[in-house]
Amino acid sequence: MKSKINLVFDQCKKEKRAALITYTVAGDNNKSNSLKILTAISRYADILELGFPHNTPVADGGQIQESSHRAIQNGIKLRDVFQIAKKFKKIKPDKPIILMGYFNLIFQMGENKFLKFCKESGVDGLIVVDLPWPENKEFAKKCKKKSINFIQLLSPTTSKHRMKKIIKDSHDMIYYISMLSTTGGKLKVSPKKILKSYNKIKKINPKKNLVIGFGITNKTIKSLKSVNGLVVGSLLCKTITNSLKMRQNPVTKLVKIVYNLKKKIL
Amino acid sequence: MRIKKGIALIDQHDKNFMYGGKFGGNFVPETLKKPIEDLTNLFEKLRKDKKFIKERNYYFENYVGAPTPFIKLENLSDHLKGAQIYAKVVSEANGGAHKIYNATVHCLIARKAGKKYIIGDTGAGYAGKMLSMAAKKFGLKCKIFMGAKDISRQKPNVDAIKKNGAIIVPVKTGSQTLVDAVSECMRYWVSNCDTTHMCVGSTVGPNIFIKICAWSTAQISRELIHQVKDEFGKLPKKMRLINCVGGGSSAMGFWNEFMDTDAEFIGVEAGGPKKSKLHAAPLTNSSKIGILHGAAQYVVQDKEGQIGLTESISAGLDYPGISPLHCYLKDARRARYTSASDEEALKAFKLVSRLENISPSLEPSHAFAEAIRLAPKLNFSDIIIVNSCGDSIKDKDIIKNKLGSYIR
Repeated sequence: MKSKINLVFDQCKKEKRAALITYTVAGDNNKSNSLKILTAISRYADILELGFPHNTPVADGGQIQESSHRAIQNGIKLRDVFQIAKKFKKIKPDKPIILMGYFNLIFQMGENKFLKFCKESGVDGLIVVDLPWPENKEFAKKCKKKSINFIQLLSPTTSKHRMKKIIKDSHDMIYYISMLSTTGGKLKVSPKKILKSYNKIKKINPKKNLVIGFGITNKTIKSLKSVNGLVVGSLLCKTITNSLKMRQNPVTKLVKIVYNLKKKIL
Repeated sequence: MRIKKGIALIDQHDKNFMYGGKFGGNFVPETLKKPIEDLTNLFEKLRKDKKFIKERNYYFENYVGAPTPFIKLENLSDHLKGAQIYAKVVSEANGGAHKIYNATVHCLIARKAGKKYIIGDTGAGYAGKMLSMAAKKFGLKCKIFMGAKDISRQKPNVDAIKKNGAIIVPVKTGSQTLVDAVSECMRYWVSNCDTTHMCVGSTVGPNIFIKICAWSTAQISRELIHQVKDEFGKLPKKMRLINCVGGGSSAMGFWNEFMDTDAEFIGVEAGGPKKSKLHAAPLTNSSKIGILHGAAQYVVQDKEGQIGLTESISAGLDYPGISPLHCYLKDARRARYTSASDEEALKAFKLVSRLENISPSLEPSHAFAEAIRLAPKLNFSDIIIVNSCGDSIKDKDIIKNKLGSYIR
């Protein structure tokens, strides 16, 4: 049976457009708003990444750090993250949800228990920022057994030899990091260059769905719309931060932003 | 778990770079895999290269100032009436602490790698001061990441870093101490790894940084083992080597050459203020294994895996994690670990600096606190050597504040 993630990409290909993938932090700015945000933006987003926050995130820039901090301050725990995912999936069962975070939280809960909770709450995929290949081989296999997509990451520093091996072990979706940066950095590489790398990776295995993240904003998204999927994260976290500062409703603000992002890649 | 004899401790890892199958590794974002692999290959080549070793030794002798003194603390020994207490006065090294070894080696490596920029983290400010010093000497542009709390409490070192022409990046996230400085430094490296060399200030982080640091500080025990043999004619039977541990770099260097001997190793962690529960003592208090800054280690954390806040009078020991090498030594029972509180460290500082002609910073004062506890219970034939790995001048404001005056 095809995974929900694969079905979404099939549909997007049929519509000849990139999939829009959003990232928000679970519990930002609180548990109930977090669910409301997911539900509301899923009208326009094709796949939803939900971050489980960690207080020592070595690959995240200021925006996601701030969102994570807010969520942890609000007392968010892993069981709440699973609750949010589960409730969301009840409303939108076909919309893929991907949990994203750092390995220590999974390690403390225990890999098997973590995956059991993922399965129970209908999580479709996982991104673990600091569990690279080949360290992730065994965990990725465990995910596959539970039909949960383990999403491998590639970066501009990944050698071609290494890429081939990672792609061989990858599942339905691969995430290409556009540039040397933490999340939320300004796009410092030209879209042309990014697309060149993208095409190189696609050549290794054209069947794999390849998405691009880091530096994707309302300004840059259009120039990359020819790819399989685009991830927007920090911009959304920043929008929540700003709307809280201005005492506006983060849910409506985010819907507007995501709607506009979608329009740009149609 | 057992330490293998005849193999350098840093090389006792498996193919996944784990010590004892449990500690260390490379839990890093994909972007850092390649730079880490490149650095690993370069370092493995250099450490076998006779020319590079000669170069290192040259700078250790003529720039760092090797060997640092090994002295008997007669007055302290007489006062405590038990074991004979000695000190390896590493604070006599250029710059005033052991951090100069790692900094010098990293700058030499950065030059070999063709990198013009070097970055580093710092807690007590010594790692930052030394890196900025060495960077200046070797013509590298330098950025130092330092927690905002540490910037305000370690001013003398902050001034030195600036004087050396390095840029200080204040880190205002989290507890605003060393743990956040290391995170921010790693983030910067993720974004600039093509042009910039990263120096991790202690034996923590991804495996290669643990290796380079321990390999560099090993100079301490290379000198000491000769000095001890000169003093006693051979290695004394009952000898205890006491060292403070935060990240654990000075202890690793202090113990390395004694690994296969009968010497007893005692590591002293930061117990924090007496009434505080935020101890930076993951080994003493049996913290669980977790992943911090790219490596599995015992780490202060909550049940979920969020890294815990710590509190210590000593900025250099104020770190929730501990080198995977020390975790390995603990589980293999090659070393034992205990902690000293802020108050005990201050008391030790006061006693040592009153009786002796040395002035240990608050980090080694933790080690002296354990020596002071232990010595009266032992006999004259027992030898205690304390690594006095940093000079107190950087702590003068804290000491003045706590003790009313700062007398060296």
